[in-house]
Amino acid sequence: MPETNYNQEMAFFVDMQRCIGCHACEMACAECETNGQESMIHVHYVDRAVSTQTTVQVCMHCEDPTCANVCPADAIHQDDFGVVHSADTSRCIGCSNCVLACPFGVPKKKEQAELMMKCNMCYDRTSAGKKPMCATVCPSQALYYGTREEIERMRPDSVPVNSFLFGKQEVNTKVNIMMPKGTHQLIIE
Amino acid sequence: MAKLPVSVDKIIAEYGPHKAYPPQGGFYGTNEPDKLVKTHCCYCGMQCGIQLKVKDNKIAGFEPWMEFPFNEGRLCPKGVQRYMQNNHPDRLLSPIQRVEGKGFEPLGWDQAMDRTVSEIKRIQKSYGNDSFAMLSGVSLTNEKSYMIGKFARIALKTANLDYNGRLCMVSAGGGNKKAFGLDRSSNSWADLAHAEVIIVAGANISETFPTLTHYIWQARDNGAKLIVVDPRMIPLARTADVHLPIRPGGDSALFGAMLKILVDNDWLDHDFIDQYTSGFEATIEAVKDYDLDWAEEQTGISKDLILEAATLWGKAKTSFLMHARGIEHHTKGVENVLSCINLVLATGRIGKPYCGYGTITGQGNGQGGREHGHKCDQLPGNRDITNPEHRKYISEVWGINEKDMPGKGLTAYEQIEAIHRGEIKGLISICFNPLVSLPNNNYVREALEKLEFYVCMDTFLCETARYADIVLAGSLHEEEEGTVTTAEGRVVKINAAITPPNNARRDGDIIMELAARLGEGDKFSYPTSEDIFNELRVASKGGTADYYGITYKKVEENMGVFWPCPSLDHPGTPRLWEDRKFRTPDGKAHFNPVAYRPASEVTDDEFPVVMTTGRVVSQYLSGTQTRRIGKLVDQYPEPLLEVHPKLALKYGIEDHDLIRVKTRRGEAEFPAHVVETIREDTVFIPYHWGGKFSINQLTIGHLDPISKIPEFKVCACQLYKTDRKGSDKRTKTAYQSSL
Repeated sequence: MPETNYNQEMAFFVDMQRCIGCHACEMACAECETNGQESMIHVHYVDRAVSTQTTVQVCMHCEDPTCANVCPADAIHQDDFGVVHSADTSRCIGCSNCVLACPFGVPKKKEQAELMMKCNMCYDRTSAGKKPMCATVCPSQALYYGTREEIERMRPDSVPVNSFLFGKQEVNTKVNIMMPKGTHQLIIE
Repeated sequence: MAKLPVSVDKIIAEYGPHKAYPPQGGFYGTNEPDKLVKTHCCYCGMQCGIQLKVKDNKIAGFEPWMEFPFNEGRLCPKGVQRYMQNNHPDRLLSPIQRVEGKGFEPLGWDQAMDRTVSEIKRIQKSYGNDSFAMLSGVSLTNEKSYMIGKFARIALKTANLDYNGRLCMVSAGGGNKKAFGLDRSSNSWADLAHAEVIIVAGANISETFPTLTHYIWQARDNGAKLIVVDPRMIPLARTADVHLPIRPGGDSALFGAMLKILVDNDWLDHDFIDQYTSGFEATIEAVKDYDLDWAEEQTGISKDLILEAATLWGKAKTSFLMHARGIEHHTKGVENVLSCINLVLATGRIGKPYCGYGTITGQGNGQGGREHGHKCDQLPGNRDITNPEHRKYISEVWGINEKDMPGKGLTAYEQIEAIHRGEIKGLISICFNPLVSLPNNNYVREALEKLEFYVCMDTFLCETARYADIVLAGSLHEEEEGTVTTAEGRVVKINAAITPPNNARRDGDIIMELAARLGEGDKFSYPTSEDIFNELRVASKGGTADYYGITYKKVEENMGVFWPCPSLDHPGTPRLWEDRKFRTPDGKAHFNPVAYRPASEVTDDEFPVVMTTGRVVSQYLSGTQTRRIGKLVDQYPEPLLEVHPKLALKYGIEDHDLIRVKTRRGEAEFPAHVVETIREDTVFIPYHWGGKFSINQLTIGHLDPISKIPEFKVCACQLYKTDRKGSDKRTKTAYQSSL
């Protein structure tokens, strides 16, 4: 891995309430040459028939990544900074274990290539001191990349949460979801 | 003979629109560009800063421009994809001419110019100078806008020059001139962040100006209350403190009733009203009967919500009111604007920190393009072409005899009517696609077919250009240096990244050569764009839109300068009216009485449903550029009819059913999109498509008496359920605008 300027104080924050569903993040993500015009971030309506609310899903970069744990080929690597990378193409066997196991539904199997692909936090940009492309362009800053201190100062009514309980599985992530003040953990029944 | 030379499908096969996509690994050179050029997005009035990657004189991609203060790298999907308009397979690479039965064939510049000039001369000799009209557009830079105003008056010698800003913000301009004596948003967006209360009226900000959303969310982080006035639950309205779901056409009733509540509760700034305004008494007299029961009836909004909004506005210490086409595209567009301004003046919250008001200009240079003279009643510096002093000053700058300066001409839609009457026989257009963007566009098509000669300057064969005799291949935004003025009044620099491909030419060069061939070359000798700007600076000097103190160097060093900037040592004016010296004749801000009146066409038994139109986030205006960019087309491929489930139930409509929508102008079919996010009495259809997919076949050509803006936002329709569903074929081909 090359020498990097990766700043470990920087974190990624997602605030669904700010999302306006414009898809700029998807467009910008797909521009990355390593993504081959596929976006690694996905915007969906929750239920367009009743609301314009959208959600945005990006890799949460779990502290203990389920995708890597279930990979039989040991193809998914978590680096020293906690970034979980796309499967190593020389090892990935296209089995889809990661696709099925991820509690957030993030990894996608690129059917043509039979390879898993997911967000690697724009490693080429973040390791060079830039922000990830999606959080750079996001016009509503529903996606924010910066320090925890910055976001807590700028958005006093909400709090970053990075702990999730899926049934009995507790998942702690590098990526934060902005929640109403007082929230500590998101519990998904 | 401005008729289609062959079938529309044959024209589409050759000139598109075709959808372009980037190659999988990006364009050649995207990783190692020769240079990064700092410029701006070519689309809306936000004019976000962006860097274009250039490789071998081609655009290879983009890189966010983090330092540009308005957007700090942020972009909407159109901005991310804006670079895709370059290298496009549909790009016109040389002049082309109409050949009956064959379509279009390339021809040399000499031949194209010869024929154009001889037709202009023939028509003007036969029918008079004003029989040859010009239509322009405000995606053009200030330099081109200025030069076109001068070209039409001096070289073409016609009074009939108008522009597509006529469909954009002329109602706001009319209202601002009446109230303030000057036409510009009163504040920079920076004042939004700490405003206590924000009203957004008829502005789908998160789809049409997405990067402005960040400023509103920042304000809310700081505790602002957000009031959104819109018939639809637009993304911005979803979490608003108060959403006023207004019936289209009810705007001045709402704002009139709110003014009455301010008066009844004495939520007024009496010192400001007494010292700095006029017309207050007559204005409150006009709304004295507008009680909440009446307002609920006229607007379709519950009176509790109206009271809540007025109370928030009335009690605030700081505030910002913004509006856009939603209240301006009406036969009472100017009145709607004035009724908003009355709310601002009554509370005295203008010309102070975090106290703002303004229209959100829609087009890329909607602000600068409406100031420097390619409008039928206007001369540079936002001067009046009927004012003898203004005519005299500009005649001196231009070196012409004032008597030779044409007078006020016809507005855009009035030109179409004049073609029908046989008064206009020839047309030259640039940067305007009226066949998609004007209302009642079958009537527009019939007008084009009546022209004896039509020459169009464009980069792509837009829907209107299909009817041209000659198309002159012009330049894209990234191919010509200049300036534009953003919606907040900031003059910014557009830098040329590349030169036009093949045999296409810069628009400026085309205009200059036409002027020379029309015998006025000595007045159009500009070696560089900066030379045009420097003449514009002088021409604007002393006008309300005074650019004299703005230079290219100053713009680049400061990343933009806000006008007015009357002298070289002046820093520019981000916030207007801090000095309380308004630009009206008496120096005061003017209240204007607004008595509510209904829209020009109201619902009845035959046409019982309100129809309104607007935009989607992935398309820009008439789509000449954005309907050629694959990913933008795919995001929202065809116009859908948004209809509330209760109205749908009444007609037995289910999602995806193909619905025939009929108005007094015509009918067209659209798939239903059944959503609860719209009023029960109103349907919405976006307008970016042409041909049989164009909702502007159905919209009404009635105009505001002052601004002459058409009433796009309200007319009456009837719905007929067909026995068919929306189809894949429709979805996949709508962007082409077949007939």
